Amino acid sequence: MSRESLINLLILLAMLVVPAWAVWADEPFILTLATKVAILALAGVGLNVALGLGGLVSFGHAAFFGIGGYAMGILASHAQSYTALMEWPVLIEGTKSMPVIWLVAVVASGFAALLIGALSLRTSGVYFIMITLAFGQMLYYFAISWPAYGGEDGLSIYVRNGFPGLHTLDPLQFLALSYGVLFAVLFLVSRVENSAFGLALDAARQNSDRVQAVGIAPYRLRLIAFVLSGMITGLAGALYADLNRFVSPTMFSWHLSGEIMVFVILGGVARLFGPVAGAALFIGMEHFLGGISEFWQVFLGLVLLSVVLFARGGLIGVLAPKGARHD
Amino acid sequence: MTEPVLFTRNLCKRFGALEASSDVSLDLRPGEIHALIGPNGAGKSTLIKQLAGNISPDSGSVWFHGQDVTGLDTIARARLGLARTFQISALAMQHTVLQNVILGALGQRQAALRFFGNIMKNKALRAESEQVLDRVGLLEHASTLTGELSHGQRRLLEVAVALSLRPKAFLMDEPMAGLGADGSARMTGFLDGLRREAPILLVEHDMDAVFTLADRISVLVYGQIIATGTVSEIRENPEVQRAYLGDGGLE
Repeated sequence: MSRESLINLLILLAMLVVPAWAVWADEPFILTLATKVAILALAGVGLNVALGLGGLVSFGHAAFFGIGGYAMGILASHAQSYTALMEWPVLIEGTKSMPVIWLVAVVASGFAALLIGALSLRTSGVYFIMITLAFGQMLYYFAISWPAYGGEDGLSIYVRNGFPGLHTLDPLQFLALSYGVLFAVLFLVSRVENSAFGLALDAARQNSDRVQAVGIAPYRLRLIAFVLSGMITGLAGALYADLNRFVSPTMFSWHLSGEIMVFVILGGVARLFGPVAGAALFIGMEHFLGGISEFWQVFLGLVLLSVVLFARGGLIGVLAPKGARHD
Repeated sequence: MTEPVLFTRNLCKRFGALEASSDVSLDLRPGEIHALIGPNGAGKSTLIKQLAGNISPDSGSVWFHGQDVTGLDTIARARLGLARTFQISALAMQHTVLQNVILGALGQRQAALRFFGNIMKNKALRAESEQVLDRVGLLEHASTLTGELSHGQRRLLEVAVALSLRPKAFLMDEPMAGLGADGSARMTGFLDGLRREAPILLVEHDMDAVFTLADRISVLVYGQIIATGTVSEIRENPEVQRAYLGDGGLE
């Protein structure tokens, strides 16, 4: 087993031990915190597909997070007010079913990623960062100025949406559900990373000329990666909205795009479990340092600075350097 | 006469006042190594880029396998079987040597859009790629990271990736660049046998290699081909001696 797999296993173990301890010590808030970590980690796993494997520095991933969130908000708000979403030409009703909401969130954010990606990927470098940021902000202001779904105030959903066979309002069961989604996505992403597509995408990040010279179009690879990335982050958005039972335009804000990127950078760019480690570190700091000082973000800044200066591979990069990787 | 695999008709390319390609007509016939030589700044790189599809000519056309490919980009030309090696090694440096060759094989099969199945465990691809590595003598380095290879080994890997495309023609931009005497001799020996598989258009500064390998040589000066002929014809051509080699003559 490679060193990175060992670290991943330890992270997995910690993810199971912490909730077990919380149940034993009767600390339900820790369960909610762990759920938040899992969901935000999922958003980071999504970004990491574009950023880590594809080398696409998207500063607009909040767009997909927000679309996922609003997919939940819109569907559930119609269900709780017993109004139809659309009556003509076909009747579409709201829903309180998580699987349906997830499907809508994934399809909608994937479609948005296809449009945003198709345009943004014609640029690269700083321009790519700026254009993705611009798309994110466009959606942010759109959400603010859309009174039908709460505008600036957002939307509250009174009861958490349901999942067949689970009592989702129970913190432990919702945590288990979030873990289930996260692990399933991590498994899929690891498969994609090792696939032919993963190899070609990684090569395109390293040397675009090389990939073109063997007759593979880097643009197509990157667009697919961007869509996949947006879908995963969109799914995380739907879950996050369900965790808070609240959706607001802040889910679209560039602040959130930055936060998702921080998870990836803290944990380790292009490392499968990087965003998991990063989100855990971030939420942990927010919770524990936030209890000590309201200026906890100063410490976050220091940590981020040292990662960027001294540990480019993030937490996992420090613990399992790349050279030790096998093929 | 057999139909040339790759040829250009009256290629012209200007960059402002500079005429990088001026009415260039050049052909690559089956089974041959056709060397393109010329002093620095003669327009060799510009010509290679027009052949590979990186830049398009102002006028004139490029034909490959009986098809006008002037409007096609590098990706489409690679798919048709035009394999290019770069003057400065263009490889995925963080990938292993084997992964680089497998990328070529994926391109050849148009199989890059497969999302499941561990590519490194694909027996057929692996066997084929290892065979290619064996041919260039890099098999023992298959699992070495490309960034850790010596310069000479990278040059060989460039050729190996081109080979994995099973191309109909090679476009080689200074494959000997930066190789020592040993490396040059080894590469020369290898390319010598390669022409039977597919013809090679060879841009090269190493004159020993050119005179050993080339069936024909074209000399490019100020964007114009001033002569095309066999090694001895080129050696004896007074215009070539004057324009290209100054007073020293071809040695």
